[in-house]
Formats: sequence, structure tokens, C-alpha cells
Amino acid sequence: MSKNQKQPVKLVPIPSPNIIPERDVDMSPILEISHLGIDFGGLTAVEDLNMAIGRTEIAGLIGPNGAGKTTVFNLITKVYQPTRGTIMLDGRDTAGLNTIQINKLGIARTFQNIRLFKDLTVLDNVLIGLHNEMDYHLAEAILRLPSYWRAERIARERALELLSIFDMQDLANVKAGSLPYGAQRRLEIVRALGTNPSLLLLDEPAAGMNPSETSELMENIQKIRDTFKIAIMLIEHDMNLVMGICEGICVLNYGKVIAKGTPEEIQANPEVIEAYLGKKKEAN
Amino acid sequence: MTKTPSSASPSLYEDKRIISMPVRYLINIVAIAVFMLIGNLIISEGIINRTYTTILLQVGVYIILAVSLNISTGYLGQLPLGHAGFMAVGAYVGALAWKAMPHGLGYMIIGLIVAGIAAGIVGIIIGIPALRLRGDYLAILTLGFGEIIRIIIINLPDITGGTPGLLNIPKYSNFNVIFIFVILTCYIIHTMMKSRHGRAILSIRENEIAAEACGINTTYYKVMAFSVSAALAGVAGCLYGGLQGSLFPSAFGFMDSINILVMVVLGGMGSMIGSVLAASVLTALPAMLQFLASYRMVIYSVLLILVMIFKPSGLMGTYDFSLTGLIEKAIIKIRGGSKNNAKEGQANE
Repeated sequence: MSKNQKQPVKLVPIPSPNIIPERDVDMSPILEISHLGIDFGGLTAVEDLNMAIGRTEIAGLIGPNGAGKTTVFNLITKVYQPTRGTIMLDGRDTAGLNTIQINKLGIARTFQNIRLFKDLTVLDNVLIGLHNEMDYHLAEAILRLPSYWRAERIARERALELLSIFDMQDLANVKAGSLPYGAQRRLEIVRALGTNPSLLLLDEPAAGMNPSETSELMENIQKIRDTFKIAIMLIEHDMNLVMGICEGICVLNYGKVIAKGTPEEIQANPEVIEAYLGKKKEAN
Repeated sequence: MTKTPSSASPSLYEDKRIISMPVRYLINIVAIAVFMLIGNLIISEGIINRTYTTILLQVGVYIILAVSLNISTGYLGQLPLGHAGFMAVGAYVGALAWKAMPHGLGYMIIGLIVAGIAAGIVGIIIGIPALRLRGDYLAILTLGFGEIIRIIIINLPDITGGTPGLLNIPKYSNFNVIFIFVILTCYIIHTMMKSRHGRAILSIRENEIAAEACGINTTYYKVMAFSVSAALAGVAGCLYGGLQGSLFPSAFGFMDSINILVMVVLGGMGSMIGSVLAASVLTALPAMLQFLASYRMVIYSVLLILVMIFKPSGLMGTYDFSLTGLIEKAIIKIRGGSKNNAKEGQANE
């Protein structure tokens, strides 16, 4: 079963929804990517990517469609093994690890095309995220020993507490697939938080949300960062969200970094405007 | 976020259990005891004759087979076609163990455990390569495995008796033994599925990529589900041997695997009560309607086609029966003010 002994569930208190704590950005890197690259056959999807994310930083990864943003996420979470370069998590080289080990090391993610456990309840979805936080053996579950009940009760309380970040605790027994689109995206974030990450990767968290939902999401992302003291990296096309909450932004185009910096620097960068924002204006 | 109208009660989750856990266990134990008593009375008082008693016991064996196959089809979402192979492993290992040991209750249980472990180990050995494959490929591989087991049995006449069969197996499988093992199987599966391990298995069915992203070792849980399924099939096989008193390789063919699969699909993949009901009906009906024997397969196919057209998720869908849940529902109804009538495991939208 769980060969490596897990410490008991770390209960981070979740403050009331209206209080957003003070910002406290720790810029010592949790994730360092150097010279990262991957080829698919003859196509170089990502080339020579260098970036570092602070311990409690909110970082943005933007770029036009097909720039390789999701590929970067897939490389970080080892869905693809990189062709070149290294990814260091908290000073540890992640070469040769698989998706599961990466998750256990503390990287959780959401997906661009929502991947919830649709036929299961909202609560079960979060409990699956909390899987590795429980440590009872199958025999303990079948015999229903006190250790089973204790672990399940703590996990359930924890799951409801996590759901309360997005005010979703009332929906605990609703099937995940029947939730509205925005709620499904939020549930994915809650499920990812359940795995107790130190780095959370959000792939287009605001896709399909209306402006008021998006602004609520922005507050919640900051709240998550400030209460859990974790780093968050997000891919997003909604520029209000990216410019509003990201401390550092990295712009990709055709797999290459074309700009890095603060939101102000990115907005003033002519290359970015040409490659990304400029194009968007023409389209409109 | 904006609340959907269906979530009227703020403490939907907390309020659901009216009956406390010890009382739930008590109700279930009493229900099981009553069933067992009724069964014993029916048989000893001669209300049903020997033929029907045998059918009843066969139903029990097939319930174990169907609910165990349901782990890998309904919960894990794979399509193995070699369940009769695991049944055969359990049947022969168990029968040989029984024959080698003196007569007695303790030895009977040892034989059943040995049968389960043997089938479980074979399940692990088959599962590791098989579960790297998906869908059709997994089906074909397990189908091949089932046939291999049968051929091995035929070709080892010194040990297994070969085609003429293995005879003089102690007839341990009476009503009580089979009944207890049916209950035990259902209990093991139920408790497993309500644990983190069961949720991991369900998550693989729902979305394997997301399951891995949640840190779930998908390979491990696939093999685990598969081997638990195989082990329980092995126990059922052993009980089958103890019921028939003799074993023939022809009883573990491809069609027998399909038979079990039909029970699971018909009852509803992922529904234990569905498997139980379908196994009961599909075992009892052909045996009782002997005069229709030649039309059996026709009726099967027509039935299956009709179910697939009108209720593709099976007769029971993914509904799971809970006696205490039913009582709770009744209590809520009597009280009138049904604040929370959301059923466990079911969406209310």
C-alpha cells in the first residue's frame, strides 16, 4: 500500500470568505526550469525554456494558441518526458519520475478540458484528491477498524472544508457531471488542492466563466495562495485575470519564450504586443 | 457562487444519516439472520424439493461470480472475458485441497481460502500484462487466458482428472456455507468500494489521466481490483466444486465467461444489487424452464438486445440497494418534512 509513510493530514485553516490576508510573496524558487525542450518527431513544441517560480508566487504563462503552454504543464507533470533540459522541484531533479510521483512530490494540476470524475459525487471527487492523505490499508477498510473511520472522518471534514473555499460544500452530494461549467472548473481546483500541493498548475481556470465569476475566481486564487502558502502557475487567455493577479508572467510563442517580467513590463513589451495582443486586436 | 435551487438544505451531507452506524449494522445482521433462517426452514421442511434446492445453491454461486466480475467491469471499467478461467483455477485448487485434507469444517474453510489465494495470484499474473491494454485487446487477452486454463486442465489428467473429470469432491457446499459466502463477498466488495481503495478504482473508470494527476497509482489499483475479482471468482469456483461433487473442464469454457458477463451487464454495471438480481434470474430461469432449453440462447440474446436498447446502463443502472437507506427514506417520508431526500450516490438534478 503506502510504502512511504505519509504524515497525517496537514490542516491549514481556511479563513472566512471575505477576508483576504496580507500578501507575503516568497520568491525563493520552488520550481526551476532550465533549457527545457521537447520534440514531437520533427516538431519542436517547446524550445529552451528557462523559468523559476517563487515559493508563494502566482505566475502566468501566456501566449497565442498552439504556443506550447499546455505542453509545458505536461512536461512539468511528466505526462511527457522532456527531450532536453531539467525541471527542479524544491531543489530536487525530477528527471525519470512519473506523473504519480510528481503529484506526491507536491505538484497538482487542473486540465484545460475538464477531467472530473463525472459520475461520482462532488465529495467523492475531492476525497479521491485526498487519497494519499489517508493511510489505512485495504484490510482495515474491509474490517472497518477505528483507523478506517478516523481517517475517513478527517478526510470528509477536510474535503468539506476545501469545498467551502468556493462555497461548494452544499453541493457535496451532487454528481460532478451535473454541475454547471464554472463550478466544474472550481471543483477541479479543489480536487487538486486535496493532494496537498506546494505548486498548483491551473490550465485556463477562467475558461467559460462570465466576468463576475472570473473576478471571484481571481480573489479565490489569491486566497488559495495566501492561505495555503503555495505557488500557483496558470495558463490563461483572460488578460484581466493574468494582469490582475500574476506577479510574474512568461510569454510563449511557437515554443519559445519571447518575454518574461512583471505585468507592467509585459504590457509594454512591443514583441508581446506584436505576437499576441496585437494579433488579438486585429481579429476583433 | 450562485446556489442551485436543488441544494436547499445547507447541511445536506451531515443530516443524511438518521440511523447511527451500530444500529445500521444491527439491522443488517438481523436481516441476514432472518433470511438464513427462512432458507433453512424452506429446505428442511421440504417446501422446495431437491432440484430447486440445487438451483438455489447454484444461484448463490453465480451471485458470487457476478458481483466479483462486477469489480473489474462495473467499478474498474475494463472488459475481461476470462472470469470462468479464474473460477476454474479456484475450483480445481480448492477441490484438490479438499481431497488431500481430512473432512471437517476447518479444512473446508482452508480449502476455500487456498482456492481464493490461488485464483488471486493467477489474477495478478494475468492482470499485470493484461491491464496495460485497453478495451478490445484486454478482452481478447483474457479470453485467451481462460482458454489456456481450460486446455491446461484437460492436459494434466494425472492431477486434474482431465476430460473425464475430477470426481468424489467432498460436498461441502450446503445452503448455509453458500449463503454465508455470498454475504461475505458482498460485504467485502461493499466495504472495499466505500474506502479510499474503492474510490481509486472508480476514479480509474471515470478518468485515468485525472486519477494519475491525483497521485493514484493506477497500475497498482487496476491489478488490485482485478486480483480481488479473480480471488472471489476462485472462491465461487471452489463452492461450485463442493456443490457438484465433480468438476469437468467443459464447465469453464468461453460461454461460461460470457454468461457471467451477461449477468453483470444486464443487472447494471457498477450495481451490486443489479448483479445479484440478474445472476438469480439468469441462473434460476433456464433451470426452471427446462422445456425451453433449446431456446435459451435465443431468449438471452433477445433479452440483452432489449435491455441495451431501452436501458443501456443495465436494469439497475448504478443504483445500490441499502436496507437501512430504505428505512431512512421511509422514516423521512413518515415525518413528512423531507428536508433532505437526496439518495446516496445519486445526483438530485
